[in-house]
Amino acid sequence: MKYVDEFRDPELVGSLAAELDAVVSRPVRVMEVCGTHTMSIFRHGLRSLLPEELQLISGPGCPVCVTSAGHVDAFISMAQLDNVIIATFGDLIRVPGTHSSLDRVRADGARVEVVYSPMDGLTLAGSNPDKTVVFLGVGFETTCPGIAATILEASRRRLDNFCVFSAGKIMPPPLRALMQDPELSIDGLLCPGHVSIITGTGAYRFLADEFGISCVVSGFEPTDVLRALIMLVRQINEGRADVENAYSRVVTEEGNKQARAILDTVFELEDTPWRGLGVIARSGFGIREEFAPWDAVKKLDIIVQDVPEPKGCRCGDILKGLCLPPDCPVYGKRCTPLNPIGPCMVSSEGTCAAYYKYTM
Amino acid sequence: MRVLEIIEDPTGLFGAHSAIVDADGISKEVRLDLVDHPPEPGDYLIVHAGFAVNTLSEHEALRNLQLMREMAEGLDGGGGPGA
Amino acid sequence: MKTILLDHGSGGRASQELIGELFLRYLDNPILHRLEDSAVLESQTGRLAFSTDSYVVDPIFFPGGNIGELAVNGTINDLAMRGANPLCLSLGLILEEGLPVADLEKIIASIAEATKAAGVPVVTGDTKVVPRGKADKIFINTSGIGVVEPDCEITADRAREGDRIILSGSLADHGITILTRRAGLEVTGELKSDTMALHTLVGQLTRELPGAVHTLRDPTRGGLAPSLSEIAAAANLCMVLAEPAIPVRPTVAAACELMGLDPLYLANEGKCVALVAAERADEVLALMRSTREGSEAAIIGQVTAEYPGRVVLKTAIGGERLVEPLSGEPLPRIC
Repeated sequence: MKYVDEFRDPELVGSLAAELDAVVSRPVRVMEVCGTHTMSIFRHGLRSLLPEELQLISGPGCPVCVTSAGHVDAFISMAQLDNVIIATFGDLIRVPGTHSSLDRVRADGARVEVVYSPMDGLTLAGSNPDKTVVFLGVGFETTCPGIAATILEASRRRLDNFCVFSAGKIMPPPLRALMQDPELSIDGLLCPGHVSIITGTGAYRFLADEFGISCVVSGFEPTDVLRALIMLVRQINEGRADVENAYSRVVTEEGNKQARAILDTVFELEDTPWRGLGVIARSGFGIREEFAPWDAVKKLDIIVQDVPEPKGCRCGDILKGLCLPPDCPVYGKRCTPLNPIGPCMVSSEGTCAAYYKYTM
Repeated sequence: MRVLEIIEDPTGLFGAHSAIVDADGISKEVRLDLVDHPPEPGDYLIVHAGFAVNTLSEHEALRNLQLMREMAEGLDGGGGPGA
Repeated sequence: MKTILLDHGSGGRASQELIGELFLRYLDNPILHRLEDSAVLESQTGRLAFSTDSYVVDPIFFPGGNIGELAVNGTINDLAMRGANPLCLSLGLILEEGLPVADLEKIIASIAEATKAAGVPVVTGDTKVVPRGKADKIFINTSGIGVVEPDCEITADRAREGDRIILSGSLADHGITILTRRAGLEVTGELKSDTMALHTLVGQLTRELPGAVHTLRDPTRGGLAPSLSEIAAAANLCMVLAEPAIPVRPTVAAACELMGLDPLYLANEGKCVALVAAERADEVLALMRSTREGSEAAIIGQVTAEYPGRVVLKTAIGGERLVEPLSGEPLPRIC
């Protein structure tokens, strides 16, 4: 594929890996906060090419994996309503709620359809006029503009059998919450590639200025990640905390204003629970009052329960890099890849899931 | 993914509506509600969940590659705010 | 008759009509013709291989084939993977009331074509019809009997350190064809199921290069990764794959990228993976490549003792990672 293959050139990767090895002179801890980065690093086997002193920690980068049990319980209760069709991204159907998950209730007869785009939810609503289609609006800043655009389109078409359960979130608040922990010792942040298309690189300024974290916005291909890591390590070596853009072919400083305008038209920020991290202020997208007819919570009168984090789960600490999976009392016992509790295990490449696979 | 064709909004109210994009023999329709400026056939789009979220700058792509090569050869001076 | 009715499964006149006007018209052979309760076969010398598989694919018609030929080739291949020469098949049909007879006819015609091409007849069958909504159009079960030559031992525990891993052709063609259909992606390039019977290929291998092939698998549902994981676990050895050597068509690779799927976990319906003695690998490869079924065969890895029970991928960029056994249905990823 053009503009993909060139960035996977094995020779270039090899040389960049060697350069990274050369610049890493002491132990360095970098956090990545993007599910696509996590997956890309995994599938290309990048970890095996990183120098030992470079520790790469998986942060809360996967919007599906940080969807709280309370929200999943709400999804399930909607799925079990007569005449409701749930339209959802595929990776959400196995995320556990308190007692069950969407794939289990689907087996019991609930109608749960996997879609590839929120617009597919509109199409479903059109072809099922006697049912109400609920789209599960999970995602970060890359996905939420599309969800907002879909709500706008639904309002233009005056659809009365389509609504969205808004569980979208934004990245900066959890980062702030993590970085505020005095015990956290992260030297640098590999900033998300596609989220940054929307937010612009300016969104990470506060991390450098307020917390002294070195930041580099990175693309997803192996050469992108290696180059970004080299730039990060150089910043760290030189004692600089800057925000650099290594994905300039797609990311700018200002970001995508059109997308942000659409977000602002449809959504407003509200406090929202993050699996493993608890409630974080003004970190989630709620649907504005004027779009209430397309807000599933209002349309279907849903109560979202406050579900406390399961006893023992130490995902929060693991996400901050403060402890390793075996230090968590439920790891490998109540919490396994087939029965995950927190996001570190829900994500197939989360810290705990990866640890489980590699050390079995 | 490369833009093959732009489809205008049928109601004529909102300009370019979606695009047919293609990569290696797979094509799909993506919405253009989120792009800052309308793309042209031949442009490369970043696509996410059925929406185009940005156009890829070919000029910057080549620059990215060049910077990577320089970095790999140790020619890029070793530091300073990059890109 | 235009649509399948419950009567067609009840054993009465409608059933007879279906058998006579449809099944026998396409599938007739001396054994099936007798329409007895069982097919009695000639005595065989050698060990018998016996396999069964059920087919519930949706959509039932897809580029490259339909559920019918899948059902024939799939069970023939299961027999072939033990080095058996397939003799005959049974054909069990569960039809949903309301299935258009035209669709059923297309499927039966494909079954007839596939069995004739393979030289493996359907000798006994059964048809049931369930009420609308109780089955998804058509479910098929085929069982097959084959004969294994006395010296032929093709099993997972014959795998040895140093064996080469050979894949008979491009990966994930069938799986991605089905999933792109479901995702509504338009395919302008070549993308079709690879459904194909492999017994002729395997027969040639066992006859001309006896003992060279230690283990065979057809990586159907779940794909290559689970098949190799099974062998790795059974043999307590490590399967090491070289990503650049694995043949994947560009359109398949593009579709996988777009849908966030991994070709290692997608179904193949006309491919086999063979573990071959190291010193015989080149011969086996040459023989495979000289056949229609294996013309794109490639050595994709080898067996080591490094991480017993595991499958490891050496990636195209020079990295290394584990390939896990599949934990569930492949889900297109958003994050």
